Amino acid sequence: MALLQISEPGQSPLPHQSRRAAGIDLGTTNSLVATVRNGQAETLPDEQGRHLLPSVVRYRDDGSVNVGFEALQAAVDDAHNTIVSVKRLMGRGKQDLQHSGYHFTDDDRSVPRIHTAGGDVTAVEVSAEILKMLEQRARQQLGGALEGVVITVPAYFDDAQRQATKDAAKLAGLKVLRLLNEPTAAAVAYGLDQKDEGIYAIYDLGGGTFDVSILRFSRGVFEVMSTAGDSALGGDDLDRIISDWIMRQMGVEDDGDHRTRRYLMRAAKAAKEKLTSEPEVRLDVERPEGDCWHGVLTCEQLNTLIAELVNKTLAPCQRALRDAGLVKKDIQEVVMVGGSTRIPYIRDQVGQFFGCQPHVDIDPDRVVAIGAAIQADVLIGNKQNEDMLLLDVIPLSLGIETMGGLVEKIIPRNTTIPVSKAQDFTTYKDGQTALSVHIVQGERDLVGDCRSLARFELHGIPPMAAGAARIRVVYQVDADGLLSVTAREATTGVESHIDIKPSYGLSDDEVEHMLRDSISHAEDDVMMRKLREQQVEAARTLEAVTSALAADGRRLLDDKEYLLIEQAIDELQTVLQGDDIAAIKQACQAVEEAGSEFAQRRMDDSIRQALAGHKLDEFKT
Amino acid sequence: MQPLLKQDFFELFRLSPGFALDAGELASRYRELQQVVHPDRYASASEQDRRLSMQNAAHVNEAYQTLRHPLSRARYLLELRGYITDQSAAMPEDFLMEQMSLREQLESVPMEAEPLAALMYLREDVQGKISDQEQAFAERLALDDNASALQIFNKMQFLYRLLEEFDSREEQLAG
Repeated sequence: MALLQISEPGQSPLPHQSRRAAGIDLGTTNSLVATVRNGQAETLPDEQGRHLLPSVVRYRDDGSVNVGFEALQAAVDDAHNTIVSVKRLMGRGKQDLQHSGYHFTDDDRSVPRIHTAGGDVTAVEVSAEILKMLEQRARQQLGGALEGVVITVPAYFDDAQRQATKDAAKLAGLKVLRLLNEPTAAAVAYGLDQKDEGIYAIYDLGGGTFDVSILRFSRGVFEVMSTAGDSALGGDDLDRIISDWIMRQMGVEDDGDHRTRRYLMRAAKAAKEKLTSEPEVRLDVERPEGDCWHGVLTCEQLNTLIAELVNKTLAPCQRALRDAGLVKKDIQEVVMVGGSTRIPYIRDQVGQFFGCQPHVDIDPDRVVAIGAAIQADVLIGNKQNEDMLLLDVIPLSLGIETMGGLVEKIIPRNTTIPVSKAQDFTTYKDGQTALSVHIVQGERDLVGDCRSLARFELHGIPPMAAGAARIRVVYQVDADGLLSVTAREATTGVESHIDIKPSYGLSDDEVEHMLRDSISHAEDDVMMRKLREQQVEAARTLEAVTSALAADGRRLLDDKEYLLIEQAIDELQTVLQGDDIAAIKQACQAVEEAGSEFAQRRMDDSIRQALAGHKLDEFKT
Repeated sequence: MQPLLKQDFFELFRLSPGFALDAGELASRYRELQQVVHPDRYASASEQDRRLSMQNAAHVNEAYQTLRHPLSRARYLLELRGYITDQSAAMPEDFLMEQMSLREQLESVPMEAEPLAALMYLREDVQGKISDQEQAFAERLALDDNASALQIFNKMQFLYRLLEEFDSREEQLAG
């Protein structure tokens, strides 16, 4: 029901009130929700005082769903219906997921569906269940629905993976204020806590992803200089290496159901955790035959086993330094993020690489959620940390496919976002009205070696002689790191309609469909819901434009412009009396269009004022 | 004050248009602007305002990147004066000979006793040449001798491309 809540647009909260916002760390292994309360950012525990929520979802045949510790119990015995590490499946296609061990449905759709006892589900839907659980937790403890959330993603997540995360939030009924990169979130938590200005390196080894980011923190501004990583390398892989070793020691192999593997992964994880504080750990493993196998794993053995993987993480560190134009000694602080970074060997190796002792003061499991909560608080408008600004970058180059399967880079990696780039195309046939652009992400020169993002099909190009059309395509990457494309034919000014065909994502229709399905049976019919949503949106638009007009209309507009906007407002008010959804939508758009020049002037005006205010600040001591 | 999106990059950062630039001042103005226009400041605003904010912030980012790097700054200054730069301009013979010689030296670096040191030495040489050209560029521009400035820019472009090759060679050698 969060979809239908109306928050007062344009009004800042009263001094003693604050809006409910939260930061969510949607992790591979564990997820957390955090919020700022009484000036402090804190993670929220469940009824049993546990802050971490295992990112595990179990689908039962009676249609019910378990999330968290309850589901974790069944991870070994009911492996096919208990989804673990779903983050690894987000934004991925079937060919990427062959070794994940789930039963995938046999179809051609680009987004794989996992076959479970409770139905066929996509990674997006599974993630939505985790988000719903966290939302519930926050709602109970904060006394009401959240008005907005910041959800973190690995810095190295590509567009498809980010979009999938946003889709999951939509299904969970959450309003996403920002998708925040995990290392940046950690830098925020750490930086605002320690108030150390300078250049940080964030080494983030999560359950399934590895990121390294280099940031400059100065006067409230966190500026990402570069980011590198591997979105398929994490603590899970350490567990896999250890469980491989155990299997070799035991002389067993994995069974077809992967039950042995899952069981041993659990033992491996426990052993790994124990070894952070003990020099050796005793392993007691139940054999299928019923008896128990005993073994011993020492610290030295562990270090030898994981050495290669840890070494693999140093190459992105080198690349991040290079891309930032820095050398190791320029790094003033190193912050470790992710449970696996508790391992002494990893801390040593990273400390050696950067030549400085890594910070481990803030709990590496919670630091990301804390940072996200701080940003959520800023973005929702609760006036704390108002000066904080995050300037992030796009992690992977964006390019288009050109003749011969080559890639032409449009936006290079580590470009500060938001970013906008334009390209001009023309038609090659007389009367051609459509154009297709294939967008990929990656650093390689061949399309086949990059990650296919989507095909953007431009329709509605006015028919002309071949080569006469000048189609300006604008690629825009927003503050969430998501790409959108617009196109306009320059000689006629006609804007093309763009059909997006994501390579590994759900279409808008599919998400809509899932959303409708998830709203349970006894609800209003679809049309009623759509009408109400449109009415709410119209009310918002009306309120915003009316108050803007009252505040600055006479000052920034001439009489004719003012009148046009008023007319559009009147039209919308009239149409709102009825229930013609299409008419309301159209009238809404008309108000926006009529007011678009006005909106620009208002924004320029407020920018000018804010800058003047800033200039005064320069004289303050 | 003109609408933000219509201002040229120097106006945006309140800097006088010229090749010489205080990097610290530019960075400072950039952060100041982003503090005000960035989407983070409009996260709870209307969709229209959020879209405008994104356009503004993207424009500020473009302006910053353009002015920050000497080559793009030089190109931009020429564009402001109505000159379109061309990747395939004809270069004077002696300049091309010098480029070839530098390239040959780059090729023979791996054969040196201390390749990384040799590379660094060579790189400093190229860096010095770039500095000379940049100084000449600034002078010509200040005198409004745009035609000469354009020619110098073409040389700068060549030299920077060479520098890029040095960087990838260094990456290869460093392993």
